[in-house]
Amino acid sequence: MPDIDAVFLALPRVELAGAALQRARDLGASFAEFRLERIRSESISLRDSVLESAKDDEDLGLAVRVIHDGTWGFAAGVALTVDEAVRVAEQAVNIAQVSRPINAEPIELADESVYDDVTWVSAYEIDPFTVPRAEKVALLTDYSDRLLKADGVAHVSVHVAAVHECKYYANTAGTSYTQQRVRIGPDITAHAVAEDRFDSMSSCAPPAGRGWEYLTGTGWNWDDELARIPGWLAEKMAAPTVDAGTYDVVIDPTNLWLTIHESIGHATELDRALGYEANYAGTSFATLDKLGTLKYGSPVMHVTGDRTAEHGLSTVGYDDEGVAGQQWDLVKDGVLVGYQVDRRMAKKNEDVLGTPRSNGCAYADSSGHIPIQRMANVSLQPAPDGPSTEELISRVKNGIYIVGDKSWSIDMQRYNFQFTGQRFYKITDGKLDGQLRDVAYQATTTDFWGSMEAVGGPQTYLLGGALNCGKAEPAQSGAVTHGCPSALFRGVRILNTTQEAGR
Amino acid sequence: MTGIQLTPQDTIERGLALAAAEGADGCVVLVAETSSANLRWANNTLTTNGAMRGSSVTVIATVGAGEGTAAGVIGRSSVTEDSLQEIVSAAIATARAAGPAEDARPLVEGTTGADWALEPEETSVGVYEKFAPALGESLQRATQQNRRLYGFADHEVVTLYVGSSAGLRLRQALPRGYVSSTGKNADLSHSAWVGTATRDFTDVDPLALDAELTRRLGWATRTVSVDAGRHPTILPPAAVADLMTYLFWQLDGRDAFEGQTVFSKSGGGTRLGDTLSPQPVNLHSDPSLSGLEAFAFAVARTSGGSSSVFDNGLTLAATDWIRSGKLESLMTSRHTADLIGVPAATPNIGNYVLSVDGASGATDDLVAGLDNGLLLTCLWYIRMVDPQTLLLTGLTRDGVYLVENGEVTGAVNNFRFNESPVDLLARFTAAGATVPAFSREWGDYFSRTATPPLLVPDFNMSSVSQAS
Repeated sequence: MPDIDAVFLALPRVELAGAALQRARDLGASFAEFRLERIRSESISLRDSVLESAKDDEDLGLAVRVIHDGTWGFAAGVALTVDEAVRVAEQAVNIAQVSRPINAEPIELADESVYDDVTWVSAYEIDPFTVPRAEKVALLTDYSDRLLKADGVAHVSVHVAAVHECKYYANTAGTSYTQQRVRIGPDITAHAVAEDRFDSMSSCAPPAGRGWEYLTGTGWNWDDELARIPGWLAEKMAAPTVDAGTYDVVIDPTNLWLTIHESIGHATELDRALGYEANYAGTSFATLDKLGTLKYGSPVMHVTGDRTAEHGLSTVGYDDEGVAGQQWDLVKDGVLVGYQVDRRMAKKNEDVLGTPRSNGCAYADSSGHIPIQRMANVSLQPAPDGPSTEELISRVKNGIYIVGDKSWSIDMQRYNFQFTGQRFYKITDGKLDGQLRDVAYQATTTDFWGSMEAVGGPQTYLLGGALNCGKAEPAQSGAVTHGCPSALFRGVRILNTTQEAGR
Repeated sequence: MTGIQLTPQDTIERGLALAAAEGADGCVVLVAETSSANLRWANNTLTTNGAMRGSSVTVIATVGAGEGTAAGVIGRSSVTEDSLQEIVSAAIATARAAGPAEDARPLVEGTTGADWALEPEETSVGVYEKFAPALGESLQRATQQNRRLYGFADHEVVTLYVGSSAGLRLRQALPRGYVSSTGKNADLSHSAWVGTATRDFTDVDPLALDAELTRRLGWATRTVSVDAGRHPTILPPAAVADLMTYLFWQLDGRDAFEGQTVFSKSGGGTRLGDTLSPQPVNLHSDPSLSGLEAFAFAVARTSGGSSSVFDNGLTLAATDWIRSGKLESLMTSRHTADLIGVPAATPNIGNYVLSVDGASGATDDLVAGLDNGLLLTCLWYIRMVDPQTLLLTGLTRDGVYLVENGEVTGAVNNFRFNESPVDLLARFTAAGATVPAFSREWGDYFSRTATPPLLVPDFNMSSVSQAS
């Protein structure tokens, strides 16, 4: 396990926490939490193998959250001084007092063990921030050149985002921890331009809880994929347009992870199901009264939530309320059996949930934002002796194989969704039969998962994910992973996107 | 990191001096001081709140001259006397290690703005002094009357300081506020929404918002199922803003030139000069628009197809993106303007106004003129489906109403739509006057927008959504 960054350890975290928590207590807070966060981020962009922009950012600040007279209060600041820590604590209590007339429910939190001065670091090899910029740019330029020099590629865009997140948390119950996470997300796209059309083909490499080693081949075979992208793009440009209709589809994990994210991940966030997100992203059809009975999908559907998977983007040692990372079931044998919660949700609904404990989904994306429930790694489990992707394809007479993610959208209760992808192959009599274009798939969530006939085996399982899932007001960003096998679905509605555009 | 906090002006003067001393050929320092306060509620009670203060410093150092100039960009929140030297050195080292920047241009020259010496402006939770109790009252009333309210109030002030080695000393403070409010009936089968941008919350009355939500929920006394298909549809200004903001963000000049957007010409080049619509439609930005004021100068912390770190401080002039239905300008930096062959840079501006010459009246007037069709409230989860046509997908939400013989006669199910805002500009058959309109989808990020209501005779409601 790498060490916690020495510069972060040199910050007066314990002193500032002590001053803030004491002030909150003195002002009558029944509970208070302190966070000191230092988030380094780097963004490198190349266009046609030329460096277009490179930025190195650091967000450093402190935050205090209190429960005062049964009401939340949150405040944040940037100066790392005792005076500022005290001021921020006072602000937090002040806003709790201003908010008291709007608060109808006294806040109570589910209990959690106390963790005294613990440390946790995520699993990675090379901190991207220790690699010289020139070396990173040289590698990305090489990857870009491989595509740009190929026939049929007019333009190439390459972008890499890397994040190094250090967090110190302490609360009035006695928990304190120091935690460090590293994550990275590459985006590589080749563009083709023809007389009458343009299109693109992107790398399917997911973002990951890894370091720079990911870009040099640990966890993804860049040499192989980059060599194939120009050919895939050329095939797509020459491909026939799809006939809209109903098809059996095999979906690759490089696409299905996003469907899981939208139609299962978000739908099983309990705050959403209870209406707390109604003004923004919406609610969920998976309401609490349906726990244990809702038929989410076919019996082969087993979905878990966790904040423990190695290299998972949502993986932590402890969440932003001092709760340890865990793993649990969300959907078992096709039935809804769990949610993602934080301490308040867990306490308020412990009778229905059947457990008095939070499963640790609280997260704030920076010191300047309040912790809220965010998505855990939500993963569709493979079948232990399950089939390969080719085997799933062989079971389809007339269908489409969908690879890579692109467009996505889902409605306010997580029912109606529509997705596209990077490439689509016609399946004829159990074999791939050339690419198609202009494909979108559209369905209602429980119908779709109910039509899932089979999931692939562990050999098809891949960790997909997103670096920037959005939630809440003010908007916060969250990184999350979705493990997923290939899967076979019967009778899925396929749209032709040019027809949708009225052409 | 526990050294003395510098004022923004001192950070800039000190930073520029340090850069010069260390041999940088040019330097720009941006300091943004932010304060904000927010309240959020759902199910008639508070959910979260916040009073935050933030700070960001960006140092852009350049080395070399002419075409060989390279840039290094380092960003930090809150800087002290001690750490400023580190940041400047890091920016210079980054510039020295980088190759020549393709967007290099002489730094924008300037002088000291009139309000340069002023302190940052601030907001605090005090901005809700009247709003919070009135909100509390509306939440209690809703509980008594068996309705549910959800919403968010946000107020933020950003004070931006820009200084450069070419003499620029600019300061501008911008407030940004809005309230977004949803109301549902007891069994959650019906939903309505209102939202508005506000400068300082003196013009926002939660009880009035609640009354409007209640009125619209009342329209759902009769419910009607409507099938998927192309329907005559009235988009009120908010829904038009939901779609237009996405179009606005597609105006990148370089992307268009390189054959990647709806504004690319087949065969090469851009569609500048092309007629997008036979209607006299205008899409216009101007940083000095009353009530929609935006930053009056370009600000860039990274370079891209329409922006350049070398262009920081460039004065932004009123720009027509679309005029009388023709594509007039695309967003460019000085570099990409040269690249695509236009005479001057037309950078991004933080507001827009969509208008139709000669159009008057409000949404209610379009309703009065519609025999049979739909009236929307807002749109949601709008994402690109096909960049070639700017085909977007998304949902209707929080109020789709049936219009019959010029009157709202009931509430209708939600739909998923697939439509291109570029096509819509050519297909609408009636429009109203332009008014400030808050986009439900994008307004938290981009709130300085004004749009008209539009009637589209054949809006593509591609499938029914059972969401409410």
